[in-house]
Amino acid sequence: MRAFEFVRADTADAAVRTVAAHPEAKFLGGGTNLVDLMKLGVERPDLLVDVTRLPFGSVDVEPGGTVRIGTNVRNSALAAHPAVRTGLPVLSQALLAGASGQLRNMATVGGNLLQRTRCVYFQDVTKPCNKREPGSGCPARQGVHRNLAILGASEDCLATHPSDLAVALAALDARVAITGPDGNRDIPLAQLHRLPGDHPEQDTTLRHGDLITSITVPPLAFAERSAYRKVRDRASYAFAVASVAAALDVDDGVVRDIRLAFGAVAHKPWRAHAAEEALRGQPATAASFRAAAETELAAAETLRDNGFKVPLIINIIVRTLGDLAGERS
Amino acid sequence: MSVTHIGAVGSDLGRIEGPAKVTGEARYAAEQDHLHDVAYVWPVQSRIAKGTVRWIDDDPIRALPQVLAVLTPDNAPRLQPPDDGELAVLQSRTVSYRGQFVAAVVAQTLETAREAAGQLQVDYDSESHDVQLTADHSQLYRPGEPDAGFVSDTDEGDVDAALETAAFSVDHTYETPAQHNNPMEPHATLAVWDGDELTLYDSNQGAYSVQQSLAKLFGLDPAAVHVLNEHVGGGFGSKGTARPNAVLAAMAARVVQRPVKLALHRHHMFAVVGYRTPTIQRIRLGADADGRLSAIAHDVVEQTSTVLEFVEQTAVATRLLYAAPNRRTTHRIARLDVPTPRWMRAPGECPGMYALESAMDELAIECGLDPIEVRIRNEPHCDPETGKPWSSRSLVECLHRGADLFGWAERDPRPATRTEGSWQVGTGVAASTYPAYAAASSATARADADGTYRVRITASDIGTGARTALTQIAAGALHVPTDLVRVDIGDSAFGQATIAGGSMGTASWGWAVTKACVELREEVERRGDIPGDGIEVRAETSAEIKARTGYTFQGFGAQFAEARVNVDTGEVRVPRLLGMFGVGRIINPRTARSQLIGGMTMGLSMALHEEGVLDPAFGDYVNHDLAEYHVATCADVTDIRAQWLDEQDQHVNPMGSKGIGEIGIVGTAAAVANAVHHASGVRIRDLPIRLDKLLGRLPTRIG
Ligand SMILES: Cc1cc2nc3c(=O)[nH]c(=O)nc-3n(C[C@H](O)[C@H](O)[C@H](O)COP(=O)(O)OP(=O)(O)OC[C@H]3O[C@@H](n4cnc5c(N)ncnc54)[C@H](O)[C@@H]3O)c2cc1C
Ligand code: SF4
Repeated sequence: MRAFEFVRADTADAAVRTVAAHPEAKFLGGGTNLVDLMKLGVERPDLLVDVTRLPFGSVDVEPGGTVRIGTNVRNSALAAHPAVRTGLPVLSQALLAGASGQLRNMATVGGNLLQRTRCVYFQDVTKPCNKREPGSGCPARQGVHRNLAILGASEDCLATHPSDLAVALAALDARVAITGPDGNRDIPLAQLHRLPGDHPEQDTTLRHGDLITSITVPPLAFAERSAYRKVRDRASYAFAVASVAAALDVDDGVVRDIRLAFGAVAHKPWRAHAAEEALRGQPATAASFRAAAETELAAAETLRDNGFKVPLIINIIVRTLGDLAGERS
Repeated sequence: MSVTHIGAVGSDLGRIEGPAKVTGEARYAAEQDHLHDVAYVWPVQSRIAKGTVRWIDDDPIRALPQVLAVLTPDNAPRLQPPDDGELAVLQSRTVSYRGQFVAAVVAQTLETAREAAGQLQVDYDSESHDVQLTADHSQLYRPGEPDAGFVSDTDEGDVDAALETAAFSVDHTYETPAQHNNPMEPHATLAVWDGDELTLYDSNQGAYSVQQSLAKLFGLDPAAVHVLNEHVGGGFGSKGTARPNAVLAAMAARVVQRPVKLALHRHHMFAVVGYRTPTIQRIRLGADADGRLSAIAHDVVEQTSTVLEFVEQTAVATRLLYAAPNRRTTHRIARLDVPTPRWMRAPGECPGMYALESAMDELAIECGLDPIEVRIRNEPHCDPETGKPWSSRSLVECLHRGADLFGWAERDPRPATRTEGSWQVGTGVAASTYPAYAAASSATARADADGTYRVRITASDIGTGARTALTQIAAGALHVPTDLVRVDIGDSAFGQATIAGGSMGTASWGWAVTKACVELREEVERRGDIPGDGIEVRAETSAEIKARTGYTFQGFGAQFAEARVNVDTGEVRVPRLLGMFGVGRIINPRTARSQLIGGMTMGLSMALHEEGVLDPAFGDYVNHDLAEYHVATCADVTDIRAQWLDEQDQHVNPMGSKGIGEIGIVGTAAAVANAVHHASGVRIRDLPIRLDKLLGRLPTRIG
């Protein structure tokens, strides 16, 4: 039997120290991804440090409007929190579009952000995969890749990041608070996940022993006019085939400001800076939404079976922004 | 034959074992916990699709703590050659598909067995494999005998000539992907040897059939093999015969001389328990100016493995559904280096009717006729293939009654003309059919002095409600209330009986139960009392089954669907499904409804979701879990209704009942595909109807 140890951390520092001291140790959140991957043999930690008892279980609205979300807030509780439901609809919608009720009751914020790709080769230890076993190859490129990346992929890997929550947070300019072996730091969410490049085994910029303690969402005046549109292959309980998180500020028919991010298209939640830039100051019309979407997607590189994601993303951008613009008027 | 009219039959009796199931008291095969000393076996699956096992480095594994044995093709107990090559577990070093069992580890704990199996080093000599079915595959041949004893080809009249002169015609190819049976309870076995006697707690659809197979494999007298399957969590055909899990558990238990448990992992099921073959089906229809069919041709291409020639009988429903003077059906198969396809709910009818009933919709459009009307115009007076009369056939009435309930009359036939927000809306219809089989079975009925009755039959309740229905049938035949009757099933010691398959369980077992109970009642009446040691009667129905000729016995139905297609994304939702069935007497409306809507849900799932994704490089189905292999969720199934006619059938069997386990899945996918076409104007001829197939073919574009 493959034995592993389990400890429950009492303080963040102790958790970090313990994991840092064991190269094969892992933090355990709700376990809905990590335990699955352990059963599959993809993850083989020798020590699990349960962090769910650490005091990071609340959602607080700070003076000034920043929303601080403790890492241990369960996905279902976060989606239902009044400040999130009314103030950050994109976040609530993204969470509720993910997984199932049972999983959301277990899943933590940190665990959700750090869940690993659903690429079928990654999950099958009998096959090569650069992400799981660097240098072994990427069978997805020739093989099954319908749901893999169209933006920012590399020769070595075209995995997508599966989280819905992360896409909403990316649009909202969220920041990630980290306690690590070298102390505390705070990074933009945009810098948490990385593109695969020639190191697809690294999903994120975190180092071993870095513990996510909370996420902050800075105030955004028009966050109430935000939405998450997820396209999936069945009505519920399926990962995104493509998704869009958007917040839109329209004044007198003109786009004053916008936040836009895509999911299921890249190794990280894809913040659409180019499209945002293209839209500021433009008329809030379907034509300009489409033009901006096309600008962002111009960089898309598609393979045999995932080319449909380009028109799909463009269509849901146009529809979602159109709906948000309509809400305003 | 006269149909017995009996009070208990037709009542809404709740599942007898329902409370035991919801409280966890009901024990499934892997949950048997009355034995100590149970060991666990975990199979090792081949990592190549074709070749031979060169070397297995089993010594280091055998040396691990808690490991009891490593079974390999070299040391596994020798078996008698089976009819089904899948049961020749570890009998040779040949690898016939990726995922085939090539070794197994037995250990004191499940965790050890699994981890050790993962570490076992197996080296192969691999050969290049061929796993991709194509319409013109070079290895296609005409098979001997499709499943269920049908002939592979039929040819009547002159199809080609009729097509040439037809006023309207349709010629299209429809494809269905591999679909995988995923009963909630994976296949599982607890094997226990006592000397040369073997007891198996096994999850299967027929304890008698598993008993016979295992006895044969291990060279035992069937009486030395005892198979129990008191509760089974679904099968959908994949547990219709003994599967490799039963064989492997029995072998392992023999080797380690301890009881051994094996519960398959969901991943194993995508390789070793069967699945529905992918199909490529060309349908050609010719009709006269009035929409009357002059020709029907249905040419099927499908796959099997090199282990076993299994031929799905895909075109057989086409032989009898509609009248046409010129008819032709063919089946061609290729033996590929793939897992062996087998039965999955309504083998044959299910994929075949998707193609035929899609083509009928296309024909209706060609002819400018309502799709219901075109079907009514082609209603045959007798079975077109055999010329036999129908024991009963209510397709037309199902179409009419279903249409009324569904609100078909208001339908505007033009496609792509209704939108609600970003959704295009449409409706579709398709016919449904499934044979009303029956097979010989035996049953024992016993009256006790305390006024209670006990019936024993080797029936299987795979979640259908069979135990409950048989109790009603028995009580009806005995003329007593159901609470005086206890029906014991799921034990091969009760003698020969057919499997829970082919939708014939209730008909076949019910027949034997009826016969035994009627004889018992007459005996009790004759004697006037019940002696202290009770009265027991045993009955067997092979004579009755043999005499069952002169008619075609077949259930029919009509399926209606509403589909919505999102113009931005191609997403499809089916907010409404209605099935109207003519399936004889309904024994229990509650369990019947759940069978029918269960079948329809699976048909919806087939239409929109289910697809085994083959990796040509590795040769396996890669989406081998329920996160990746999508089946419909509750959110996909909103308003679903199943209803039935009060169909009287004097000929089919003493209960007047037809099987209902499979007909619900037949035609559903066509109804959905037809509705998608009506909504969007796009005809999808290869399932599942995925959004990426629709996107780009949809007419509108915003912005
Ligand atoms: C069938 C299925 C369907 C799903 N569908 C969706 C979907 O549609 N959309 C979606 O977004 N998700 C989906 N999920 C994924 C689900 O959201 C994740 O499994 C879940 O969010 C992970 O959270 P967790 O707390 O259980 O993480 P865990 O499994 O506990 O941990 C995941 C990873 O995060 C690390 N970790 C956990 N907490 C911390 C921390 N505080 N600091 C640093 N590292 C940490 C762990 O070490 C591990 O590597 C689905 C999952 C399943 C099984
Ligand atoms: S895409 Fe990435 S995760 Fe998938 S097989 Fe290739 S390397 Fe592995």
